[in-house]
Amino acid sequence: MTDKREVYLDHSASTPVDSRVLDAMMPYFSDVYGNPSSSHRFGRQAEQAIEDARASVARILNCKPNEVIFTSGGSESDNLAIRGAGWMARQHGKSSRLITTPIEHSAVIRTVEQMGSSMGFETYIIAVDKLGFVDIDDFRHACEQGGAVGSVIYANNELGTIQNLAQLSQIAHENDILFHTDAVQAGGQLSLDVQELGVDLLSLSAHKFYGPKGVGILYIKEGIELLSSQSGGSHERGRRAGTHNTPFIVGLGKALELAYVENEARTQHFTAMRDMLINGVLERLSDVELSGDRDNRLPSHVSFVIDGIDANALLMHLDMKGIAASSGSACKTGNPEPSEILLAVGYTPEQAKCGLRLSVGVHTSEDDIQYTVNVLVGAVEKLRKLSRELTL
Amino acid sequence: MSNADIRIVVAMSGGVDSSVAAALLVEQGYDVVGMMMRLWSDESMGGAAHNRCCTPEQMEDARRIADKIGIPFYVLDTKDVFRSTVVQYFIDQHRDGFTPNPCMECNRHIRFDWLLKNAIALDADYLATGHYARIDQDESGLFRLRTGVDVNKDQSYVLSVMGQEQLSRTKFPIGEYPKSEVRAMAAKYGLNVESKKDSQDLCFLGNSDYRTFLRLHAPDVMTPGPIVRKNGEVLGEHQGLSNYTIGQRKGLGVSHSEPLFVLAMNPYKNALVVGTRHELGRYTFTVNRINWVNGQAPTESFRADVKIRYKASPQPAVIEPLNDGRICITFDDPQRDITPGQGAVIYDGDSCLGGGNIEKFEETILEPA
Repeated sequence: MTDKREVYLDHSASTPVDSRVLDAMMPYFSDVYGNPSSSHRFGRQAEQAIEDARASVARILNCKPNEVIFTSGGSESDNLAIRGAGWMARQHGKSSRLITTPIEHSAVIRTVEQMGSSMGFETYIIAVDKLGFVDIDDFRHACEQGGAVGSVIYANNELGTIQNLAQLSQIAHENDILFHTDAVQAGGQLSLDVQELGVDLLSLSAHKFYGPKGVGILYIKEGIELLSSQSGGSHERGRRAGTHNTPFIVGLGKALELAYVENEARTQHFTAMRDMLINGVLERLSDVELSGDRDNRLPSHVSFVIDGIDANALLMHLDMKGIAASSGSACKTGNPEPSEILLAVGYTPEQAKCGLRLSVGVHTSEDDIQYTVNVLVGAVEKLRKLSRELTL
Repeated sequence: MSNADIRIVVAMSGGVDSSVAAALLVEQGYDVVGMMMRLWSDESMGGAAHNRCCTPEQMEDARRIADKIGIPFYVLDTKDVFRSTVVQYFIDQHRDGFTPNPCMECNRHIRFDWLLKNAIALDADYLATGHYARIDQDESGLFRLRTGVDVNKDQSYVLSVMGQEQLSRTKFPIGEYPKSEVRAMAAKYGLNVESKKDSQDLCFLGNSDYRTFLRLHAPDVMTPGPIVRKNGEVLGEHQGLSNYTIGQRKGLGVSHSEPLFVLAMNPYKNALVVGTRHELGRYTFTVNRINWVNGQAPTESFRADVKIRYKASPQPAVIEPLNDGRICITFDDPQRDITPGQGAVIYDGDSCLGGGNIEKFEETILEPA
């Protein structure tokens, strides 16, 4: 029998929509259905809801409402920030160099790569250390050569390591370069105070903090001009064309608000679950390493490199026991490539196929963690035995 | 123990047979898990996009069917072990002047070893595949491998590498049905694969044929050389030994007073040995790498039917055990296409007793020059 127990430990991939968020969204599907751009009462009602959500986001980001624009999610926000800044710099005859790290989400790194290879932008990839921290000196060195935008992920999705954004953004600004951060993993957990962080551009996605999929924001500091990626109507002050998705924007606003009202309790819970999981696994399994930094780490994030274990096979064994986890080298096609992130921080190609990520959430219980540790230890031992058998 | 307590891993390819096998097991209430092996395919020949059994489309189909019948589905990275066993064997055998059967080798090393062990590690009780063959037990409890009900589709030939341990852990759910009925079941279950063509040719060849593959990986067996008679008389030039098969008459490009047939390949001299119809037919050959399905090697000669190719019909013969574990097979009537490297598979009626690989014939084994 398939084990009935289900333990979801892939909150870094997505979270369930909070019922309070869903309740807030519901009226905006069929009761308040007007187009927010319309001037009639139906439109005005919807517009009001969107502006309320924008104001709510702005409070959490410690910025002005007009600095927040709604997008379809993290990938779109990242694209708009980098493409928009790059093209605008080129248009103004300024340095259009793009500076980023090798441990970005693909929405950033692939965008930078494409702009480099197909559109003639100069690019610079900053060095990182084994724990996933950006090399500050290399970043400074890169910025001193000039550029349009520097983009550094707030907390990496595979390693959980949190960057010192305040320090990095200051270096960028000293060199007259815009600073963007992909805060998709950090959203709902870490401070998003843009004044404190010193960022000019910041991307968020609602489904990482118990909001709906398909909606996100880009914070754009007042005065910054971006060439829009998506042209069309004058929505979002001409920066992002397309009819507003009222219920999803309302959902994002509500979810972010809840995440920061409950931030202290959630952080405490996440951290307790995270540490229990880390300690449980490290105590019971040999040849396992926690990847990323132990302390400057997302509260919800656990990641291991487990020697000699094909991450795909491990995920299959965990799934058969009802445990949902993920891996940077995971793929549904049986053709795993080493994780680019693990390679970038210096793991060997072999080790980079052995990464496992477990990310806890508000519903994760101690029982879940104990069960997971037991299953994980059993599966790893089984797979190690199997690989010994098969190489005989 | 109810069926729900029995876990069966089904090897799924996205094709008709394995999809129906999976659906049948689900219908019978087993705890079914779908698995697909990502096998190696030559990147330089189109890679997985053209690999015949694990193209992205086949994988999509298998995943869609697994979703439809409500079972988990996983793809296992099998590239390295497949490359180092099956593909390497294929290349080496051609180099040595044999005509291998890689599917048999895959069943030996990959499907009923590597995959079976992976399935067992996942707490499976059985591995199931979409092969046309049957497994049952005789009075003494020994497992028997029997031909599929559909004689035209029977695959016991390539399964003859299985022993008691493998058979005790394997199920062939569609072996009891003719192909037409399997297609009808695919339609009945709404799997939307019923009109897919049967798979042909070797899965790792990419979008090309085996000649192109060998030209790339074993160019030595694809270089021209002499066409000779047994006595050494040179009659012409061949286009590379692996272009020919034993018994082939057409396309040799030599003229002679009577029709000539390919008798053998001699890789050491890169010579293609040809001869008359009379020289081609033979009664006797030896077989190595033998597997006995019941695990017991016979000690005395016995009569049985022997199949020397996947698509050949079984022919009556005497099987004589040799004292080194090999066997000597002597047909009642001469056969024209006994091909070294192919499997010789032994049957007692519809029961497959086992088999092995056909060795080279003494008179055509020429020592390395």
